[in-house]
Amino acid sequence: MDGVVLKAGGWLGLALLALVMAALAVDAPFAVHMGIVAVACLAVLWATVSRADFDGIARGILKMPADEGVYDDDPIRWGVIATIFWGAAGLIAGLYIALQLAYPALNLGFEYTTFGRLRPLHTSGVVFAFGGNALIATSFYVVQRTCRARLAFPGAARFVFWGYQLFLVLAATGYLMGVTEAREYAEPEWYVDLWLTIVWVVYFVVFVGTIVKRREPHIYVANWFYLSFIITIAMLHIVNNLSVPATIFGSKSYSAFAGVQDALTQWWYGHNAVAFFLTVPFLAMMYYFVPKQAERPIYSYRLSIIHFWSLIFLYIWAGPHHLHYTALPDWAQTLGMVFSVVLWMPSWGGMINGLMTLNGAWDKIRTDPIIRMMVIALAFYGMATFEGPMLSIKAVNSLSHYTEWTIAHVHAGALGWNGMITFAAVYYLVPRLWGRPRLYSLRMVNWHFWLATLGIVFYAASMWVAGIMQGLMWREYGADGYLVYSFAETVAAMHPMYLIRAAGGAMYLAGFVLLIVNVWATIAGKVREEKPMTETPYNAAADRPLAPVPAE
Amino acid sequence: MTYDEIRHFADSWGLIVMVAMFLLFIAWPFRKGAARHHDEAANMIFKEDDNGRR
Repeated sequence: MDGVVLKAGGWLGLALLALVMAALAVDAPFAVHMGIVAVACLAVLWATVSRADFDGIARGILKMPADEGVYDDDPIRWGVIATIFWGAAGLIAGLYIALQLAYPALNLGFEYTTFGRLRPLHTSGVVFAFGGNALIATSFYVVQRTCRARLAFPGAARFVFWGYQLFLVLAATGYLMGVTEAREYAEPEWYVDLWLTIVWVVYFVVFVGTIVKRREPHIYVANWFYLSFIITIAMLHIVNNLSVPATIFGSKSYSAFAGVQDALTQWWYGHNAVAFFLTVPFLAMMYYFVPKQAERPIYSYRLSIIHFWSLIFLYIWAGPHHLHYTALPDWAQTLGMVFSVVLWMPSWGGMINGLMTLNGAWDKIRTDPIIRMMVIALAFYGMATFEGPMLSIKAVNSLSHYTEWTIAHVHAGALGWNGMITFAAVYYLVPRLWGRPRLYSLRMVNWHFWLATLGIVFYAASMWVAGIMQGLMWREYGADGYLVYSFAETVAAMHPMYLIRAAGGAMYLAGFVLLIVNVWATIAGKVREEKPMTETPYNAAADRPLAPVPAE
Repeated sequence: MTYDEIRHFADSWGLIVMVAMFLLFIAWPFRKGAARHHDEAANMIFKEDDNGRR
């Protein structure tokens, strides 16, 4: 009883502290955020005092199987649901801002719905909310299975899940209210950054704790990728967000760096967010889920180790390619370019390793739509990691930089690689986590695959055309030495491409809706009666020995 | 340490140590007897069955 009183008192104290901060706030968004924090504390307080069996209630609502005492899967199930929820939010925001670019009237003349505020909502929504939840959930799943150990510190694991959701809510609401550090992919302000640091350190402790108590002598390579993601993101996040708040009662802070140092710190972070958030841990997914789904071991375990160390040693230097032809010293730009080009090799090594895992089982691409998603994800990984080094070459960059070509590149990577591998992992996980014989419908997965793939093709192709056209128009000089086109003329010329892009995005979103329906029905325990994806061909007439023919 | 000293350390000893470490890590999987170990590691994920239920 004393324990409960003490805990409840602690949460009440924190809630009151948040309310005091809200009352003393010098700006409205900070007051709103402290209000959200107070509500969160009170919710935990209520949960502590009522002492209801919340795990049991959640299991009832989400139809989750009871804890069988084998692996700790509840936070993973919540994580899968959170992944899907935030994925829908991020994709809808993306489609909406794509339409805003085509029809500016959709800004609605309302500060909260302007492109500038919705764009970080979209980027953080898909990268940190959709991708982040998928990574936390799959890392907890994979580390338990490959270590053959239950999660260390179950309470801490739950804190990581809920703490991360609070971070996402604070970040998302902050963007809408105009709270931003204006650092790409690191927009949240100082207090949200501090909170994420705490959550992340706990995440590290849970992950490493589980590895330490493993019952398997070898640490499977997927865990190396996950661990490097957790450690490096902590380092990047802390260094990039070093800043001094203007006041502790307000949402404004100033970076510890100035000028070109600030820019380089930002892009050292920015590119490594791509590397260590969107590449390395998704490769961890690849190294576990592709072999499991294909039921064959990874093509070359040795290559996976070389892939790992090469990415670790090379990626961290690639950031300066975001600052070509700026005030950054020329040698640093060249350094970034060279490392980016060198990265092409380990990236393709990894792609080949994933694809060749299917060696001898290529027929699965025809019969198993989940494998098909994994293969297209790897194909897009290969395409994006070829295009990236190419765009980092200064001569190419002088045409592509600041144009829609960059947008085509990141979406080929994000929609094609991150999206597809995550969908495949979700389809792999849901029947297993909820103890169902199979997914509600495999044919629906097939439809999802084609909608998403065609969507990406429309998206990337239209943005390539738009980007190259835009770049060429910007640099076109007339005979008299003046620029031929005004900026507004390039924008007008891109209108049709913006429409095609929005159509591609809508197709991708439609595929995602199928995923929601499919997962929902699977969790509800339904199984769709459908024609299987493959038949067993049998010809009775041909299945007999040759009749003996007398020799002439 | 001044910026200048750190920078000279970085492109001399720092560089040598990093390259040596990298080469060592890359060479390690090629050591004698590693293949059997890798084979076991690659197949280890299939030992688990039925999602941990026994």
